[in-house]
Amino acid sequence: MTAISLDGVTLSIGGRRILSDVTLAIEDGEFIGMLGPNGAGKTTLMRALLGLVPVSAGSIQVLGAPVHRGNQAIGYMPQVSSPISGFRLSGRNFVVSATNGQRWGLPWPGKADYRDADRALELVGATELARRPLAETSGGERQRLLLAQALLGQPRLLLLDEPLISLDPNRQHAVIDLARRVQKELGIAVLFSAHELNPLLGTLDRVLYLGNGHAALGSVDEVITGPVLSRLYGSAIEVVRLNGRIFVMSDQYEVERGDHRHDDAHGHARDHGHGHHHA
Amino acid sequence: MMTPTGTRVITGTATIMLSYDFVINALAAGGIVAVVAGIVGFFLVMRGQTFAGHALSHVGFAGATGAVLLGVSPFWGLVALTLAAGLAMGFLGDRVSGRDVAIGMVLSLSLGLGLLFLHFYTSFATRATSLLFGNVFSVDRTTVHTLAMLGMACLLALALMARPLLFATLQPDLAEARGVSIRLVSVLFMAIVAIAVAEAAQIVGVLLVFTLMVGPAAAAQRLSTRLGRGLLLTVIIGLAETWLGISLAYHTDWPSSFWIAALSGAVYFASLAQAKIRG
Ligand SMILES: Nc1ncnc2c1ncn2[C@@H]1O[C@H](COP(=O)(O)OP(=O)(O)OP(=O)(O)O)[C@@H](O)[C@H]1O
Ligand SMILES: [Mg+2]
Repeated sequence: MTAISLDGVTLSIGGRRILSDVTLAIEDGEFIGMLGPNGAGKTTLMRALLGLVPVSAGSIQVLGAPVHRGNQAIGYMPQVSSPISGFRLSGRNFVVSATNGQRWGLPWPGKADYRDADRALELVGATELARRPLAETSGGERQRLLLAQALLGQPRLLLLDEPLISLDPNRQHAVIDLARRVQKELGIAVLFSAHELNPLLGTLDRVLYLGNGHAALGSVDEVITGPVLSRLYGSAIEVVRLNGRIFVMSDQYEVERGDHRHDDAHGHARDHGHGHHHA
Repeated sequence: MMTPTGTRVITGTATIMLSYDFVINALAAGGIVAVVAGIVGFFLVMRGQTFAGHALSHVGFAGATGAVLLGVSPFWGLVALTLAAGLAMGFLGDRVSGRDVAIGMVLSLSLGLGLLFLHFYTSFATRATSLLFGNVFSVDRTTVHTLAMLGMACLLALALMARPLLFATLQPDLAEARGVSIRLVSVLFMAIVAIAVAEAAQIVGVLLVFTLMVGPAAAAQRLSTRLGRGLLLTVIIGLAETWLGISLAYHTDWPSSFWIAALSGAVYFASLAQAKIRG
């Protein structure tokens, strides 16, 4: 079955076009790495798949049905937003709050809910960690709890928004392997957004690259090329391969190592300013 | 000092104290409000909206004094205006309820208005103190009934929405994706808070609502990382503080609100110290 299909989709927020006229299809059982500079629309596309961002043109089908809000078949890990401060609920309580959390009623999870939460926690290796108060976990540890929440229930599609942020390289690989394992076991599609291509190289089936309102979906060899990326970045891009790693270079700008954070206005120009824009 | 005679003296005074209707009413009203304000406050603390709760009570002051000016019961004036303000805060969402300055302005504006209303109705000035600081011994049987009914409505509504409320509090992005209406949850919750604030103001006055709404919940969250246990602890602490405060006020003739505020502060700071010691 087709997990995600976009047909001439245009997404705009506040009158600004984020994606225009994008058509693509992602099949079940595919692991898709989604890349693109800051502000390219990765989060927006995921929110559109969840029915939280209206499509201004075209149509989206998710798991064979028109996109709709509250689709319980989608496991979603949001990009880490504001840290929740000042409360001391345990990680396990936090994770379990998402099992059927949309239903009205008392907040007492049942046995089955706890079993599901514990299964998810074990999958991400956070069983021990989940005993601690959430307020006392590190950013990377909280990431794992969020990932556990995405695995609750029986997701038939996983949307993981930058799950590698603030993880050290070992953990990054653990998370990628985990997502791959879950995806293989359940035979579902995974949309995995990231800022670096290299950690994902051995794992992903296809790349979805966003930029400049356009999207390119295909194998690494098809998408990560000078001409395709130049179109997505709107400026000349060169792709260099070295020891099995891929570097996306811009010839116009100096190397800006470690400059991952920039506002969107300059994002496109500066993003590939990193000599090795971790693409 | 617990000689048989000493015990007899204490049980003796307790018996005498409990033979007065005004004491029974005070204990009943205090008990009802401690439970309602504590439980609602628990979620308020968790959501980081305690300042909004504090401001609501000041809006209530303007409502109560305004009502007297119009010849309506100050209690219902207080309820009506806190409810209206609570709904408005819920509608405006985080844009207002998370903004200290906006809330602070509403708070001082309301106190100012309340003062103006008092100015027009000078003979009411003696009752201003009891509005501001509460006077639990003046509560009559009818008020106890009203508090019980409103309190039950509050808790019932909270019970119906507690699950999505918790979900939306802990994980707004995921909750939204699962179909929880963040806005609806926030409006309903602020309405519940408004009623609880109006209740608490009857016992400790509008200025000291924090002592019942926030003190016990904040202390309980320091002491427990589990939801159910935290709520239970909140209720126990709230009841103990209120009933002990009322008894101390009866025996010392100092204001009950002072005693409740003092106990609430003492317990909160003790919980901080205890959490520090434990690790
Ligand atoms: N709530 C919003 N209101 C207005 N504009 C928004 C909103 N959310 C996102 N945008 C804009 O939409 C564009 C796409 O944002 P999005 O978050 O999808 O980017 P992204 O690819 O996920 O970026 P990042 O790598 O930084 O996570 C950005 O230019 C952003 O400024
Ligand atoms: Mg994003």
